[in-house]
Amino acid sequence: MERGLRTLSERVGDAALHLKPGFQMSSSPKTLFQKIWDSHVVAEEPGAPTVLYIDLHLVHEVTSPQAFSVLKERGLKVRRPGRTVATMDHSIPTKGGYEAADEPGRIQLRLLESNAQANGVRIYGLDSVQRGIVHVIGPEQGFTQPGMTIVCGDSHTSTHGAFGSLGFGIGTSEVGHVLATQCLLQRKPKTCEVRIDGALRPGVTAKDIILAVLAQIGVGGGTGHVFEYTGAAIRALDMEGRMTVCNMSIEGGARAGMVAPDDKTFNFVNGREFAPQGAAWDKAVAHWRTLPTDAGATFDKTVTLDASTLEPMVTFGTNPGQGVAITQPLPQPSSLADANERAGLEKSLAYMKFEAGKPILGQPVDVVFLGSCTNSRIGDLRAAAGLLKGRKVAKNVRMMVVPGSQSVKLAAEAEGLDKIFKAADADWREAGCSMCIAMNGDQLSPGQLAVSTSNRNFEGRQGKGGRTVLASPLTAVASAVAGRIADPRPLMS
Amino acid sequence: MSAPKFSTLTSRCVVLPVQDVDTDQIIPARFLKVTDKLGLGEKLFCDWRYLDDGSPNPKFVLNQPEARGAQVLVAGHNFGCGSSREHAPWALVGFGFQAVISTMFADIFKGNAVKNGLIPVVIEPAAHAALVAQRAGQPDLEITIDLKSQTVSWLGQMPLMFPIDPFSRTCLLEGVDELGYLQKFQKQAEAHEAAHA
Ligand code: SF4
Repeated sequence: MERGLRTLSERVGDAALHLKPGFQMSSSPKTLFQKIWDSHVVAEEPGAPTVLYIDLHLVHEVTSPQAFSVLKERGLKVRRPGRTVATMDHSIPTKGGYEAADEPGRIQLRLLESNAQANGVRIYGLDSVQRGIVHVIGPEQGFTQPGMTIVCGDSHTSTHGAFGSLGFGIGTSEVGHVLATQCLLQRKPKTCEVRIDGALRPGVTAKDIILAVLAQIGVGGGTGHVFEYTGAAIRALDMEGRMTVCNMSIEGGARAGMVAPDDKTFNFVNGREFAPQGAAWDKAVAHWRTLPTDAGATFDKTVTLDASTLEPMVTFGTNPGQGVAITQPLPQPSSLADANERAGLEKSLAYMKFEAGKPILGQPVDVVFLGSCTNSRIGDLRAAAGLLKGRKVAKNVRMMVVPGSQSVKLAAEAEGLDKIFKAADADWREAGCSMCIAMNGDQLSPGQLAVSTSNRNFEGRQGKGGRTVLASPLTAVASAVAGRIADPRPLMS
Repeated sequence: MSAPKFSTLTSRCVVLPVQDVDTDQIIPARFLKVTDKLGLGEKLFCDWRYLDDGSPNPKFVLNQPEARGAQVLVAGHNFGCGSSREHAPWALVGFGFQAVISTMFADIFKGNAVKNGLIPVVIEPAAHAALVAQRAGQPDLEITIDLKSQTVSWLGQMPLMFPIDPFSRTCLLEGVDELGYLQKFQKQAEAHEAAHA
């Protein structure tokens, strides 16, 4: 190893020669991504990836233990504890208390606590009234801000791009790198504009936009790229809707998805605990206003979609790109020319026990899950409760409502949303990832079909043998009420 | 502290040509409650590999006799999509794999793989299809991967170049440790912090 290190340094010379002091001014038009990237380059050596500065590092219990171990082995500490925030979300029980978690889960939670304490890292632990899913509390507490580089050992870090930041998921080795150095080695990705023109019709939401994008480009369509979502339909979304869209960028293979910051962004951030205040706020906003993509800047690729043609979307298969408008029949494998794609579709339909060519509307549902970092914010709960009010969850259906954070839970209770859910016979829970990933005991039984507002319908994702249909909160509620996959629009008139 | 090293490998292979294999299939989430990297190889592809009673599924490729000792996985398009869990390459390496051949890898998986000495080898769809077809008639077919020349070859197939990040390649060939490399830039990081405070 020593020899290797020396060899590499000798070949490229002293790293200090390649120091890039701050932002490089340039007159050529730049994209939002390019601006953030350029202003975070710490160093670049020939032949090596960029050394990129990380403004905010979010940490959770599942992908950090082995990274903290590496620090311990090497006698290192977290370099910038003030830029590091830890939360417990994946394996925490949603019934409250440690007791409900299993032993390995408990060990993992305690280890995060002790690692955070030993390094002076702020942690939103089990007793915190602000604890929640990492991608919900980052924005909620004001940690997430425009122009930042944000990472987490979690692929849905793309969520934070909704604020005009560059947020992306990293592996555990990289978690260790950032803990120890606040830097990351990265090759610059390509850019892809995802332009959503037009206006959504009633009953069609941000979730349906992103499911439609994924159905169009497939789960590998964004590989190697960072998405920037543009267009009238994106500008019209509130911050929560933008988070829902950016959240699922990774489902198209793009590590990050971004939306240019605007007044909605600033209004959302303003006044939150960790947002800049006073003169620092004015200075920050002035800077944030320079971030949007310049006129004339170019993307490596562009994808477009007309929001006004969209209907509620549902997935029918075992990856998030296998989606259809809810009124459409399931696709026929024979319509696919590529043998691998055909085999993939056949495998998915067989797992889901769905028949090609048949409608997806009316398929019987066992469980409805309202939650996850995609759709568990107060706006999601309001929309769902609004549709559920005065109605009942069908007898054969178990509906779970899991707020994204304890703050969301308290806000919902203050508005009486919990009462609506409970009156409808839905199960009102504590915050956490819950049945999105089924690590905490909240899970499907083999064969059960769930309509879920989460982001992944992979085989077994919500419990071994479970079948997942991804949908918006509105579609989830309509399906809970009907006991079958149902279109929310008839309930809305 | 040692970084994994790699130079050349000749081995039989396992073929799993399913496209869009996500990391939830490679290692299901219920096995992520570990605080180390031990034992993940036994859980690799768990829900495809074992029957409900826990016995090996004889139809699954990892349970077939040729899989024993194989160090190369021939996978389908877009291998490793989904979650960023590094447990996926840990499980593959834990099983004994040292390389995966596909026509495309998901970005995060690819980055995680090289950090654990698992080589992501991308080849053209036509070559991939030819490899899968040839292996079907020749279960003991051996594949050679040479990182120095960045080539992959097998019986009857001239060495094919495959792309790999030059920095990753150097790290793997020379056992360079990425964290150690990053630590050299702490002065520059401090300068960045001072300039952006
Ligand atoms: S809610 Fe689901 S997707 Fe989001 S961070 Fe938790 S497990 Fe991951």
